[in-house]
Amino acid sequence: MSKQEQHWEKSRGLLFMTLAIWFVFSIGIFLFGAEMNEVTGPFGYPLTYWFTCQGSLGAFVILIFWFANRQEKIDEEFGFSERGDD
Amino acid sequence: MKGNFIDNLPKVYGIYTGGFLAFIIIMSIAEQMGMTAKTIGICFVAFTVAIYAIIGYLSRTAQADAYYVAGRQVPTVFNGMATAADWMSGASFVAMAGGIYFKGYGYMALLVGWTGGYVLVASLLAPYLRKFGCYTVPDFIGTRYGGNLSRFLAVVVLTVASFTYVTAQINATGTIASVALDIPFQYAVYVGLVSILLCSMLGGMRGVTWTQVAQYIVLIIAYLLPVFWISNKMGAGFFPHFMLADEVSRIAELEAQFGFVKNSAENLKEVPKGLAGITKAHSAVNATPWAFISLALAMMMGTASLPHVMMRYFTTPSVKAARKSVGWSLFFIFLLYSSAPMLATLSKLSLIDPTLPTGIIGKSISEVQAIDWYQNWNQANLMFVSDFNGNGTLELNEFFMGGKAVVLATPEIAGLPYVISGLVAAGGMAAAMSTADGLILAIANAISHDVYYKIIDPKAETAKRLVVARVLLVVIGFAGATIAAMEIQGILGSVIWAFDFAMSGLFFPLVLGVWWKRANREGAIAGMALGLISGAGYLIWVRNGGSGFLGITQLTFGIFGSAVSLVAMVVVSLMTSAPNAATQKMVDEVRIPSGKSILGKQH
Repeated sequence: MSKQEQHWEKSRGLLFMTLAIWFVFSIGIFLFGAEMNEVTGPFGYPLTYWFTCQGSLGAFVILIFWFANRQEKIDEEFGFSERGDD
Repeated sequence: MKGNFIDNLPKVYGIYTGGFLAFIIIMSIAEQMGMTAKTIGICFVAFTVAIYAIIGYLSRTAQADAYYVAGRQVPTVFNGMATAADWMSGASFVAMAGGIYFKGYGYMALLVGWTGGYVLVASLLAPYLRKFGCYTVPDFIGTRYGGNLSRFLAVVVLTVASFTYVTAQINATGTIASVALDIPFQYAVYVGLVSILLCSMLGGMRGVTWTQVAQYIVLIIAYLLPVFWISNKMGAGFFPHFMLADEVSRIAELEAQFGFVKNSAENLKEVPKGLAGITKAHSAVNATPWAFISLALAMMMGTASLPHVMMRYFTTPSVKAARKSVGWSLFFIFLLYSSAPMLATLSKLSLIDPTLPTGIIGKSISEVQAIDWYQNWNQANLMFVSDFNGNGTLELNEFFMGGKAVVLATPEIAGLPYVISGLVAAGGMAAAMSTADGLILAIANAISHDVYYKIIDPKAETAKRLVVARVLLVVIGFAGATIAAMEIQGILGSVIWAFDFAMSGLFFPLVLGVWWKRANREGAIAGMALGLISGAGYLIWVRNGGSGFLGITQLTFGIFGSAVSLVAMVVVSLMTSAPNAATQKMVDEVRIPSGKSILGKQH
């Protein structure tokens, strides 16, 4: 397998992992919205309500930065990262 | 000089932010000294718009890559701010808290959808389209799949989606300008339009980028300052986001105490159009899982297909920066979105809690009608009370409010000085202007670059191309303003439709263009055409009394459109021959960040 194919395989793996986490916070938890809202969540808000106000939104922000860092590492590993900029 | 400007950005915008805060302080002193509310409103809107116009003028350019992609040198964090301003429209700013206030959980699917979509943008598309080096989204479609028809169809989808969106934004600038400057709406729309064009006309994407950063700073201050102030004034907590749990449970308690009494149709006829009462629980789950998830999903896929957002990531210096920049964009959006539910909570509690001095439920009707702010907002057609049961006391089901009032009126109800209302007007104006600018530019660029330059006259010189681009900008702006002046649709409805149109026609052709090598021209053409047609068809069917299926409503028709698009694209691609070796190699190149972009620096 060429270097480029290996790079793409790893990138695809990262994509699937990212989309799996995204699925949990955007869709998965809202399948059980009514049940979860009985539970008290962070700062004392009802749990599902908290996820719609802050929890899921914040998780997406963290997820994107995590994804960007992981992808950068993969690019570096195979020598495909760009040079001399930010 | 140019490099110098980029290096100095933090300083430039630091001074700008300080200057704006100083302006707010000067205005509040002027208010103490007796400046009228009307003058303060005019000062706020005129001052901020003048600054955007100056930035727009200073960013003027005669180069294609500066005009189309801001020279690809916008740093990560600043591009994040510009994207956030581009993204958060007049609807987000003025109507979102109101939507949460009235509809609760069912509406909050939009919050999840409008943020979760950025994960798709970051992981599926933005870095790859940046590597591609295109000027516009149809530029990617046209080069990846080849042929004028695919390029043209992408322009059609882009125009349908963005134009639906932009009329709502021009409408919002007109509304704010007409209130703040006290002129009739029909003229105010054009005042709004001229302000919008001042930002984008001379500098194209470069001008829009630097004004959007300035607009983000204004709109975020204008949104957060009142939320924090009200929360502290009410004694609800100095950091509302972490401290409103008691208020949320108090609202649930009051809701149980008052009950949601249904008004008869006859009584509701009395209520002015556009106003609503509180009929849904504030924090309880009041929608089925599918209703919530389908709306969130439609907004997420729409986010990843809206060209005015995607093209912001063409302006970063590198692929790496494009990815990070998506994270920053969402962070800056998060600051406002996470505050909207807090504002809705504070606003609702201050109105309905009889133990608070601002609470009006349980007071006598005549007492409420004598309150100053009630009279003001009743006159503005945003508040209404009526004694349906004739007991002389205001009940929960007898109080009606417009969605915009949550953002616009809460500062006044909570007793904040008028300077805050002026600030909120400037913030709403900034939000609507920045989005309108991004959208008009997306349409004008697609038509000037993809239709005029790439299809009609590929030999056109840069100077001529930029003249065409600017003429189109003005024409599209005026077309949008003319339709906005007719006031056909509500702001929020048309915004949601724009997402559905975009995802119907563009989501799968874009995503599969990067992630599926086998996708070919015939497949993409079928995907775009059938996706858009079936999505639009479904909308028309449901609007005309069709029953719909699978719980897909007129707000989520993009789910049907994009499903048709996916199936059509895969089936047609597999039935026709695979893309040639050159195209396959191009896709391989797009998938790695290093090396030259597919399209040259100037193309």
